[in-house]
Amino acid sequence: MRATRFPARASGPAERLSGFLAHLRMNGLAPCPLPEALAALAAVKAADPAEARLALKVAAAGDAEAWERFDDLFDAFWFNAGMTRTGTQSAHVQVQTARPRLWQGHLDEGDGHESGGQPEADDGGGEAEGAEGRLIATRRDSLMRRDLRELMDEATRREAERTAEAIARAIRDRRSRRRRQALRGALPDLRRTIRASLARGGEPIDLFRRARPDRPARIVALCDVSGSMQPYARPFLAFLKGLADADTATDAYLFHTRLIRVTAALRDRDRLRAAGRLSLMAQGFGGGTDIGAALEAFAGTCGAKALTRRSAVLILSDGYCTGAPERLAAALARIRRRAGRIIWLNPLLGWQGYAPVAAAMAAALPHLDAHLPANTLAALAALEPDLARL
Amino acid sequence: MAGDPGTLKAALAASGYVAGDALAMALHLALSLGRPLLVEGPAGVGKTEVAKALAAHLDARLIRLQCYEGLDASHAIYEWNYQRQLLAIRAEGMAEADLFSERFLLKRPLLEAITQDAPPVLLIDEIDRADEEFEAYLLEILSDFQITIPEMGTIAATARPVVILTANGTRDLSDALRRRCLYCHLDYPDTETELAILAARAPGLEPRLARQIVGTVQALRREDLEKAPGIAEMLDWAAALSGLGINDLAADRTAVQATLACLLKTAADRDAMPPEVMDRLIGRVA
Repeated sequence: MRATRFPARASGPAERLSGFLAHLRMNGLAPCPLPEALAALAAVKAADPAEARLALKVAAAGDAEAWERFDDLFDAFWFNAGMTRTGTQSAHVQVQTARPRLWQGHLDEGDGHESGGQPEADDGGGEAEGAEGRLIATRRDSLMRRDLRELMDEATRREAERTAEAIARAIRDRRSRRRRQALRGALPDLRRTIRASLARGGEPIDLFRRARPDRPARIVALCDVSGSMQPYARPFLAFLKGLADADTATDAYLFHTRLIRVTAALRDRDRLRAAGRLSLMAQGFGGGTDIGAALEAFAGTCGAKALTRRSAVLILSDGYCTGAPERLAAALARIRRRAGRIIWLNPLLGWQGYAPVAAAMAAALPHLDAHLPANTLAALAALEPDLARL
Repeated sequence: MAGDPGTLKAALAASGYVAGDALAMALHLALSLGRPLLVEGPAGVGKTEVAKALAAHLDARLIRLQCYEGLDASHAIYEWNYQRQLLAIRAEGMAEADLFSERFLLKRPLLEAITQDAPPVLLIDEIDRADEEFEAYLLEILSDFQITIPEMGTIAATARPVVILTANGTRDLSDALRRRCLYCHLDYPDTETELAILAARAPGLEPRLARQIVGTVQALRREDLEKAPGIAEMLDWAAALSGLGINDLAADRTAVQATLACLLKTAADRDAMPPEVMDRLIGRVA
């Protein structure tokens, strides 16, 4: 093992250690600040590499993932173990996958595996719908811009918003576990009552009560707008708008091959302008889907960071996906750890004889709290009791 | 609290807890830096036992706060004893100043931990089960070690407790909490460590049987079970087997079947491990 060659200006241990922490940071870890790492080293025999390694590991690793990667990163930095920054590596891979579209038709099959395992069209999905040859998941973005104004007429909009409100109420209505003081409540608030009784010479004349306040669950809706979902786009978008209007805490996203946050556009008071903004955002609308990648992107946003046990994630999609099912499952598991509930509304589930055999759907199922049919507004409205029970 | 991880490890082993190098280092740093330690890992790897062993080693009191969904300040920090307050007003005509005094204060684990004479070990168990609001309370207490009670004023810590938090990943903990804590990830022990644990907890066991027990449990953990058997389950099983006077697993397969309840805790796991499969597993380790 060779020791690391430090830059000439790296003088003391503090500077080397700060270099190491920067190395951790660059590799996606969130290590402790330098003084804490120094304090940890000061508490052990820092000259002993094994002890120094463990001490820094305990101080600098914050979660299970960092714990696992720490040893490799430690070796890479202090012993030149031939590890390069993972940051650059992944950038390299991305360059490969982002090969210009033009070439794709001209490269042979053998080249395909180089591009970081770009998954082919969903096998299971292909089988499920093969007979009629419809609903084929493609990777192609539809470049045609679709004007959503024609998708939203006044009557549908009103009906959709009514439904959305009912559904939102069913999902959101959650009583808090804690009690807060209230005018009417089941339990007396002894603390306040006794404090107030002091003014009356110890007689509890003013009674205060405690009740469980309503603390609504937050709804985050993700709507699939790929080609296969086109027939349902009209009611679903209106439904999304209804959800966003019903509560200011609701967050809404559209996804096809990319993920777009549409909350602000949906809330636009001017309906015409809202539709215009939406159609601008939904460029590539009606193309293929990669649900896994979209959910992964969502899990990385601050929207997902704001998820709590009190939030419900609503996914509107048919589950036909060009991405790898494992990726979808991993993304869902990640979201599941933060969110209270994941509800998948699937328009295909309403069809007779439909079974979730598409590989993506099968991979997603274990992570869902509910997988419910929704192909029309009427079907959506009928879900209210189911959602209330969850 | 000087010393080094090696001696701490030996001392813990003497009191019956076999700690790995990383855990010993984590405990050593938690003691010498005075920072809370977050221990994460699957169920049944001895996370809660760590705190008990440490308390026994330090000869300190162990104060335990079991977290659950909906845990709030009045259950975790303090509460006034209203019934006694009412009685005191009625019977003695108490004045206000006396009414909100230490006499009527019910100390819950967190307040109790910072008002001890000697530094205790505070175990905050399964912190991931409590909700975010409670985590925020905890952050305040863990950084300042003081608690404010509106009627009494601020109570500062008389002794700084050694804080150990455990979690097994029911939900992601906030980054703020993780940043304040030292971290140690515990996993299922390897065969040698587990044998050492078994030897420490059940000293009279025959070496061959011990090897068979540990081998079987380790093999079971590799199977795709809903709930993999932890160390506690392994010790239970060993106690059950030695209680039945068995000294060779391979010879007495009916007893193995009868005692499997110690290891497999769900019906699905029971079905996944029919007698033939168990026989094969034991045959491989025997």
